Amino acid sequence: MTKIFETPLYPYTRHADQAAKTPVRRKVVVIGAGPIGLAAAIDLAQQGIEAIIVDENDKVSFGSRAICFAKRPLEILDRLGCGDPMVDKGVVWNLGKVFFDERKVYEFNLLPEGGHKRPAFINLQQYYFEQYLVNRARELEREGAPIEIRGGNKVIELKDQGDHVDLTIDTPEGAYQLEADWVIACDGAASPTRQMMGLDFVGRVFEDNFLIADVIMDAPFPTERWFWFDPPFNKGQSALLHKQPDGVWRIDLQLGWDIDKEEEKKPEKVIPRLKAMLGEDVQFELEWVSIYTFQCRRMEKFRHGRVLFAGDSAHQVSPFGARGANSGLQDTDNLCWKLKLVMDGKAPESLLDSYDDERIYGADENILNSSRSTDFITPKSDMSHLLRDAVLDLSEHYEFARPLVNSGRLSVPCTYDQSPLNSLDKLDGPARTRPGSPCPDAPLGDGYLLDQLGDQFTLLIINADAPEELEVDGIKIKRLALSSADDSTNAIKERYLGKATQAVYLIRPDQHVAARHKTFDQDYFTTALRRAIGKSA
Amino acid sequence: MSEHLNLKPNIANADDFYADLLAAHKGLSKDESDAYNARLLLILANHIGDRKVLREALEAAKSKT
Ligand SMILES: Cc1cc2nc3c(=O)[nH]c(=O)nc-3n(C[C@H](O)[C@H](O)[C@H](O)COP(=O)(O)OP(=O)(O)OC[C@H]3O[C@@H](n4cnc5c(N)ncnc54)[C@H](O)[C@@H]3O)c2cc1C
Repeated sequence: MTKIFETPLYPYTRHADQAAKTPVRRKVVVIGAGPIGLAAAIDLAQQGIEAIIVDENDKVSFGSRAICFAKRPLEILDRLGCGDPMVDKGVVWNLGKVFFDERKVYEFNLLPEGGHKRPAFINLQQYYFEQYLVNRARELEREGAPIEIRGGNKVIELKDQGDHVDLTIDTPEGAYQLEADWVIACDGAASPTRQMMGLDFVGRVFEDNFLIADVIMDAPFPTERWFWFDPPFNKGQSALLHKQPDGVWRIDLQLGWDIDKEEEKKPEKVIPRLKAMLGEDVQFELEWVSIYTFQCRRMEKFRHGRVLFAGDSAHQVSPFGARGANSGLQDTDNLCWKLKLVMDGKAPESLLDSYDDERIYGADENILNSSRSTDFITPKSDMSHLLRDAVLDLSEHYEFARPLVNSGRLSVPCTYDQSPLNSLDKLDGPARTRPGSPCPDAPLGDGYLLDQLGDQFTLLIINADAPEELEVDGIKIKRLALSSADDSTNAIKERYLGKATQAVYLIRPDQHVAARHKTFDQDYFTTALRRAIGKSA
Repeated sequence: MSEHLNLKPNIANADDFYADLLAAHKGLSKDESDAYNARLLLILANHIGDRKVLREALEAAKSKT
């Protein structure tokens, strides 16, 4: 059987643009058909904006990459029409065990809060994720949405001309020119776009190597995340075992810094290591074996004129905490509605600068968390090692030490507390839904609240009066009026009202709270909407 | 509850406490003693809990020479 990662999903075909006498102007060119580029293009095309994805390759991602997807990205994927296949195929997990030396020191349950459509986490191979995105792009294309994937199209030159961007794209049949009103660069951590524009990508390299293997095995390990510090089968290092669909297991083995990478990748080296870990009798087959060095770094700014960077091209984190693809999806979620309003002439171009403000804040939070996890997992000084081991020893006996154990702080969305798009909080409501927060889900009728929010500005009205129609500066605001009767589980009360008896929320197209007030105050909400689209109020 | 780190004498029978501390290390190798100190530090830090007091303690412990 040919595997999905061996099948060309978007093989090169010649496009009429290649024969054009003068370069054709496109609305948005997305560089890279990785998960983030695909998500960006789907988001735009769903809203009627032309998005052309160019990728030098024609297949889904190669090798062991993302496996853990958190609730927030799944919610974003719901909005993009890909949430169901992800969750249907993915492995849902909540339990984890931590081992130190030869002992299990403790176990944990993520104990996800009830009343959310999506689970706290699923595990799924990145190649499936990309396949579902490609399927969704194809579906949109069939429905007539302005989306295209051009495989075998490699961007080799790029110049921001101020009012558009010139691109030179190489193909198996030679190079051609294309123009774009806007470019979203999702061309990965090694981003050629970044290099062509001479932009920096600074941060920290962790001097350590990890053997990452995906193995196919029929083994009775439970659906749990197992993490070992200093196990007998990998002395002085760490290890991780985590389940994926189709009987595939992800294994991470820390190898240290001074190693011969080519040597360590050889099956005769890898197989004995894995046998020591899994047990002599376990039968397995290797799907992928790679050796990675991890780093945490980001660009100084994600917006450079008409070129916007998103995903790994803009920021890179070590994978402890599953923050790479997860945060990349939050980038495009943040960017696409802003770009649409700017392209439609409804918001000033400066709205795009808030993409920098908000997503750099998000990237820094991710980098901080991933760096701390990496420092705990791979202590670099004698003292950090000593303290780390003390925490692990204590965690076996005393509950207090468990929160200090850091085998990866799993991705949660960030609250844009400092965002210039937020308005002053005018509700004595729960902290978790203050302006800047991502809306928490809640059951609503037969479905869920988040399915009713997003894609456009929404006025969420709970037990309050508000006009039937609201339009500010040519932007129609959707109305969603609820009463306590719609809230049989009390989750909306708990998450959106708190002590208040009524509330009105202005929710952004990316399901973040822009403003909230106890009542519908026309001036407050008009100003709030203007602020949320980057107009000085 | 004191809001600041207490740097005034606070342990009754200081000599007894000090003797207990030494006794706890008796018979331990250097590595074992270091590990013991690290565990003790974490236990005490958790007991204090208050981040501000902990920050003051981290500062106070720096050599003043
Ligand atoms: C071992 C490992 C484990 C991970 N685990 C997780 C996890 O559990 N959860 C998580 O969220 N993330 C995880 N990640 C991170 C995740 O894989 C990345 O964040 C994600 O792939 C980034 O997607 P992207 O679309 O930004 O870039 P990429 O996936 O790198 O895609 C970039 C695309 O750009 C194309 N391209 C490059 N140059 C050009 C050019 N000049 N012209 C045209 N196209 C070009 C490439 O062909 C490629 O398709 C992990 C990563 C690793 C390595």
